[in-house]
This record gives sequence, C-alpha cells and structure tokens, in this order.
Amino acid sequence: MEKLNPQGIVDSFKKALGGGFINGEVYEREVAVKKNRFRRIWIFVKREAFHEAVQHLCRIQEYPHLVIISSSDLGSDVELIYHFTIYYGNHLEEISVGIRITLDKKDLKIPTITDIIPGAIFTERETQEMMGVEVTDIPDGRRLFLEGDLPENIHPWRKDDKKLEKYLRVLPGRKPKGKE
Amino acid sequence: MAVNNTEKTTYTIPVGPIHPALKEPIQLDLEIDGEQVVDVDIHLGQVHRSIEWLGMNRNNPVQSIYLAERICGICNVCHPFCLVLAVEQAADIVVPERAEYIRVIAAEMERIHSHILWAGVAAHEIGFDTVFYLTWRVREEIMDMIEYVFGNRITKAIYQFGGVRRDITEEQIPRLKQGLDYYKSIFEQLRRIFLEDETVKMRCRNVGILPYEDAMKLVTVGPTVRASGVPKDVRQDQAYSAYADLDIKAITPDVVTGTVVGDVYDRIIVRLLEVAQSIEIIEDCIKNMPEGPILTEPKMPRLLKLLTDAEGEGVGRVEAPRGEDIHYVRMEAGVSTLSTWKVRAPTYINLVAVPTILKGMQIADVPIAFASIDPCMSCTNRAIITDKATGKKSVVDYETMHRLSVQKTKELQR
Repeated sequence: MEKLNPQGIVDSFKKALGGGFINGEVYEREVAVKKNRFRRIWIFVKREAFHEAVQHLCRIQEYPHLVIISSSDLGSDVELIYHFTIYYGNHLEEISVGIRITLDKKDLKIPTITDIIPGAIFTERETQEMMGVEVTDIPDGRRLFLEGDLPENIHPWRKDDKKLEKYLRVLPGRKPKGKE
Repeated sequence: MAVNNTEKTTYTIPVGPIHPALKEPIQLDLEIDGEQVVDVDIHLGQVHRSIEWLGMNRNNPVQSIYLAERICGICNVCHPFCLVLAVEQAADIVVPERAEYIRVIAAEMERIHSHILWAGVAAHEIGFDTVFYLTWRVREEIMDMIEYVFGNRITKAIYQFGGVRRDITEEQIPRLKQGLDYYKSIFEQLRRIFLEDETVKMRCRNVGILPYEDAMKLVTVGPTVRASGVPKDVRQDQAYSAYADLDIKAITPDVVTGTVVGDVYDRIIVRLLEVAQSIEIIEDCIKNMPEGPILTEPKMPRLLKLLTDAEGEGVGRVEAPRGEDIHYVRMEAGVSTLSTWKVRAPTYINLVAVPTILKGMQIADVPIAFASIDPCMSCTNRAIITDKATGKKSVVDYETMHRLSVQKTKELQR
C-alpha cells in the first residue's frame, strides 16, 4: 500500500469504519530554524469499532508501533488514547496516530489488542490496574506495578477515587490534604 | 509454570528484585531446564514511586520538570526534555531557536556518557573488568564537560518551558571542542576493543538474539530494535527541536558487518557508532547555533499563570539513550497541576521483549543478555534458587552469579 498523506489516512479510516467513526483531526507543528513540520492525527472512534480501527491501521502499515495507552479521567467518562506511529524509517516522514475512545464510567470495558500487537500486554495491564478499565480477553490479567497488598478497588489515576488518601505517607509537620 | 505433579524436570529461579546483572530492582522468574532458560516471567513495581500521581495531584508543572529529571539518574535529560515538549504543545509556547540547539547539545552529551557507561557495565558482566575500568575512565571526560557547561554532573536542571535556563557562552566552546577531539582520538581504540576482541566476540555473538519479526511485534525501541535491523529513531523519523535541521540517519549494525543478526554484539555496534554520531551532532550544533534569547518567558509568576490558564494536550517524544521516551500531557484551564501526565520510559516497552531474548539461553549468559537492552530500573545483590522438586531454597548472591559468568568467559578463552 502506498503512503497516504495525513488527510488521506483520516479519510481511509472513515471509509473503513463507517458508523463507528466519529471524527478525525490533523495537527501540525513547525520546529526549529528550518521550520520543518511534524504531523499528528487524532482519530475518534466508538468502542464497537475500536478493534477494527487497529486492524485497519495494520493494513496502512505492516507493523504499526504502539507507543502507549494513556488514560484520562474526565468526570463521568474515561478517555483512552492508543498512541501509534506509522511510516517510520525515513527523515521526518513519520506520522503519529492517536486512536481515542471515550468510555462511560459505568461500563469501563475495552477489547484487548494483544491478538494483533503482542507487545501491548504491559500497557494494557497497567491501564487495568491504574484506571480500572477492564480489558476483555487479556491473556495475562495480573497486576503490573501495584503491590499485592493494595486493595483491588483502588485505582490511583482516577480523580473521583479518594480511597488512596489513607495510604499516603504524611510527612512530619504536614497535615493530610483536605483535613483541617 | 509448567512444573506439574508427575514430571519434575524444570526449576524456577526468581532472579531479583535484587538482580545480578543490573543495578536495577526487577524480578525475573527464570524457568530452567538444566542450564537452559525455558521461560521467563517478569515482575515489576518494586520501586514504583507514583511520580505521575504527584504530577497530577501535588506539583505545579514547573516543579514537575525537576521531578521528571529524577525519574532516572542516567537519562536525566530525556524526561524533562519530553515533558517540556509536551507542555509547550499543550500551552502553545514557542521556543527560541538558540534554546533548541542547547537542548540538543545537552541531550547528545548525555547519550555519549550513557552509552560509554553501558559499555563498561557490559564488559563487567562478561568478566572483562580491565575494559570496564578503561571505559569508565574514558567516560570521566564527558562528565567533566557536562559539569563545565551545565554546572552539574548528573541533574543539570537546564530545561524550562519555553527554552533553557542557562546559556552556552563563547568562552565555553573551546573546552567543549577539546573534549570532543579527545573522544575522536580514542574512538578507534574503543572500536578495536569492543568489536575486534576475541573474548567479547565469543560471549556476545549469537547471544540474546531478537529477530526482526519479534522486534516489530513486541514494539521494542531504541538500540535494541535498531540492532534487529529496523531503522527506527525518533531523531530521524519525527525530528524534534534542532534535530529537524540536521540530517540524522538511524544506525543499524549492517553498516559494519553487512548482515543483521540481532544479538548482543549488534547492540554493541549500534551503541558504539551512536557515540560517534553524537560527537558529530554536537559539532554541527556548535557550528550552526543561532544567536538570540534562550527563554520565552523568564518571569516565573507569569509563566505559572500562563500554564494554569492553558488548555490543551501535547505529546513529547524524545530519543533517549535507551530508546523512544514519551510523555502525554493534558492541561485544563484553572487547574494548577497537570490534569493527566503519562510517562513511558523506553525500558518499559523493551522489557516486553526480555522473555524472547532470554529463552533458550544458558544461565551464565543471562546477565549480559539482559544487560544488552540497557534496562533502567536500581541495584541488586542476590537471587533465590528454589528447587521445585524438594521445595528447598538456596540463596545465590551476586558474586556467585557473576562468578558463573566469569567462569564461562575463562572456559571459552581456553
């Protein structure tokens, strides 16, 4: 498959995903003296179309590089961004692709992508323990970073989760946050 | 684990959290059959310090720069570099051109010291301590240069949102050039030691192989993936800062040997050639560095106000000595901390490939093969060997494991 320009990639996602595609944005920024540009694409998809979106990315680039899954607590929702890069190997030709999914906090589930990209296992395990998003069909669902003695229902990255505070070590002379 | 009730043929050795090969806290459960590694399981989180949590709940973004600098002692430039790139995108801050060049010089000086440090550790792991002392003596020169230019050997604290905090003056440049000339003069000697020495070849050739296919599927980064023949380097692919002005090419081992094996020896080649590349980059930067200011907003209260009002998100990507480092940042107006901060250090993703690298190898090769990805975690001293058949535990300390490795080198030399 020949190389597409950023807008072409957005259009190809739109065509491949149909109703599961919500929106696509292209971001560019100039750097340093020669004002060369680097480019990034955000693709907003519904959860049902997410697995298909990753498969579509594999059709654009044989081995898309999964950088990380980042997750943000947005109040009533949780936003996951799967950061990928494609077209690496040449000077300034690489494009970052961020696939974004918004999940309702009442139904925090996302299908695993380890069947397509085996290297995604660590970041999926981390998302599971830190944000409380359940990754369905994950081959290895153990904790990655958190200690075994921390209760299962505590997710440190959640903003609404105040259960963690009693585990914080308070330095001498300081008061715990929120208590007078 | 594959040990069941009937056939007791394999043992499990938990190596770490205090690990023999590395001065880093990680636990590897090696399943062994005789001398051979059959399977590997990794346990992380022994020293999880909740740095992201602090950045999201306690610190303002400027404090987070100094915290980011302390994520890692060896690569203490790439994390603040990444964070400032991400926040500058989120808050739409433009960086002066001179600052872009100074940032790159700092990052490349770090790469030189980090790769030479690694070379010393690798020599130590195979029991070649003469080379270990030699390389670390050679490394002192770059540490002195860093101290001379930035004021500190390790945590330099020169990155700031919208530029750098200290300039490189005209008087400092001759000392820098003198140091770079020193490295050019000894480079040939280093090359001969690491690439032509028989002992190094015997211990590193065809050890810890990571084939191209696996490297791509397990999304490895940095010298580890380049040694498997993938020309992937953030400085080239998605150049940031002054790298966008320079024509940088990712280094793969076939430029020296003509073939790609993907073993420890290839990783040595990549790191060694990158030292030479970094010297060239620094020289280019010194030559082309434009004049001008180094900071967009020198007044701290105004900078903090600007960051509190900023709304948006940014991704900073930096090629650290060990591979691609990335920070994702989301900022909300009226919130004084970062709203989301996700840090991914290169070793995080390279560890996924460790089971593939270690499988099928001898225990004595584990230290060098694991060290070859240059993992960055803290210091270890002993491992416990559990005999699954009898349930007996015995402690293997660092010295014993190291002795096994040294013994193997000696046997090969015979």
